[in-house]
Amino acid sequence: MIIQRKSDITPSEITPKSVFDNRREFIQKAGFGLIAGAAVGLLSNPIKAATVSSGTTEGAGRLIGRANAPAIIKPSSFGSRQKISGYTKTAYGEGEKLTAYEDVTTYNNYYEFGTDKNEPAINSKLFKPYPWTVSIEGEVKKNKTISIEDIYKLAPLEERIYRMRCVEGWSMVIPWIGLPLAQLIKWAEPNSNAKYVEFISLADRQQMPGQNLQVLDWPYVEGLRMDEAMNPLTIMAVGLYGEQLPNQNGAPMRLVTPWKYGFKGAKAIVKIRFVEKMPVSSWMKAGPNEYGFYANVNPNVEHPRWTQSSEKRIGGGLFAGRIKTQMFNGYTEQVGQMYAGMDLRKYF
Amino acid sequence: MLAFLKNNPTKKQITWIKIFVFVVCLIPLVRLVWLGIADNLSANPIEFIERSTGFWALFILLATLTLTPVRLLTGRAWQIQMRRMLGLFMFFYVCLHIVTYVWLDFAFDWLDITKDISKHPRILVGFAAFILSVPLALTSTNNMMKRLRERWKQLHQLVYLIAILAIVHFWWLVKKDIREPLLYACILMILFGIRIYYKYIKAAKVNSKVQINSL
Repeated sequence: MIIQRKSDITPSEITPKSVFDNRREFIQKAGFGLIAGAAVGLLSNPIKAATVSSGTTEGAGRLIGRANAPAIIKPSSFGSRQKISGYTKTAYGEGEKLTAYEDVTTYNNYYEFGTDKNEPAINSKLFKPYPWTVSIEGEVKKNKTISIEDIYKLAPLEERIYRMRCVEGWSMVIPWIGLPLAQLIKWAEPNSNAKYVEFISLADRQQMPGQNLQVLDWPYVEGLRMDEAMNPLTIMAVGLYGEQLPNQNGAPMRLVTPWKYGFKGAKAIVKIRFVEKMPVSSWMKAGPNEYGFYANVNPNVEHPRWTQSSEKRIGGGLFAGRIKTQMFNGYTEQVGQMYAGMDLRKYF
Repeated sequence: MLAFLKNNPTKKQITWIKIFVFVVCLIPLVRLVWLGIADNLSANPIEFIERSTGFWALFILLATLTLTPVRLLTGRAWQIQMRRMLGLFMFFYVCLHIVTYVWLDFAFDWLDITKDISKHPRILVGFAAFILSVPLALTSTNNMMKRLRERWKQLHQLVYLIAILAIVHFWWLVKKDIREPLLYACILMILFGIRIYYKYIKAAKVNSKVQINSL
């Protein structure tokens, strides 16, 4: 007869393997985080809403700062925030009231880290965005890879203050730091067959706990038409509010297309593929009648769930009401011509 | 102290239980006010209040629908005395939900609200659930019960429809992660299942037994 003794350790006491494997790092980082966190707390209050006043007309996108030194990347320590040095200011977003840093970094749709908007900030704490390499594939002269450090050096980094409109009917104003995607594409050397660009995000269940749930077909895939990708408004963002991107905002690198709904902004991109046929994005697969390839902000095309003619600006408080949603999120001047003659009800 | 779990509670105990349930039902409201004062209602406070009041309305509705199945399963009926209060609390949170939507979310822009209701099935279903719950709240008094007699019972069976609509309203809100609405749908199915079992299957069995015995 086998006498089985009950284990005197309860399942809840057992450390998950991933955490155990990284225990030294965790302790080290936690220590760093405490010190760095204290230092950050002493030196700078979290930036609250501020108004940008310098510069001239939006849309000109004129550089109004000067690159003092090439941007330098530092591996971010657990819980700390790394400043980006040497980026230039631009006139984009002039006069817009910035959404508070705290709101930008605690209210995120990033299903890889959970489907509630407060979850990414919590569940992405152990995510490691550095070191990072991005592979370039498909219709290119030759396949190659590039490190995030080299992407920082590819072109002068710029601050772009953009409105972001989520398909769920809320919006923010975010001071991104990044480089024009066109610069990265130039470096990638696509051939003449390349009609679309596909962006593929990281698939890693260990680091991205939300991927244990098949809410979307992982990895997250997004795409742009070549002219959209080359549009001067399109950037590959590596930071916000003067700092390297927080994990919950898509570190180390994410797409930003401010005239499209927020979900077009693929985060933690590991692969950029140039293709001839229109890619099928994760959201197109998940709900073909709700999410189209273009996903341009359009107050005249209703979504089956959410009002698209108006939006709530985050940070307005309880009694601010709604603001009217603008065609192409107010960027018609810059992007309107790309869709001339297209039936935007059909190509939503 | 918890003797009423074994025996039926006395009248005095019922009063205390009612006070207790009343206070518990106010906790979600107090919490919202508390978080509001502390400026802790997330980056999107209006959505937070809408979600919270909606959730508690649904939760209390499910609690209300649990009372009868408990009677059927245990044979105890004293908890039915909580039903009216719970039902009215559901209506209370539904009203807060609607006020938040009409006032804070849409700032009384009736044109936009009409558009929102007519163009989005999710909103339409929720709105229908609200409209259907109004007559139930209005006829919840003893007086109305007496006046309507049998019809009162029929009218209040609308609550089953309201529960289904409320869960559909929630289901259509979530983009992809349906775990939470699915859970409530399962709970509702179980509660319905118990009622159906006792009403039709058990009754049929008892009937057939009676018939056999009488043969």
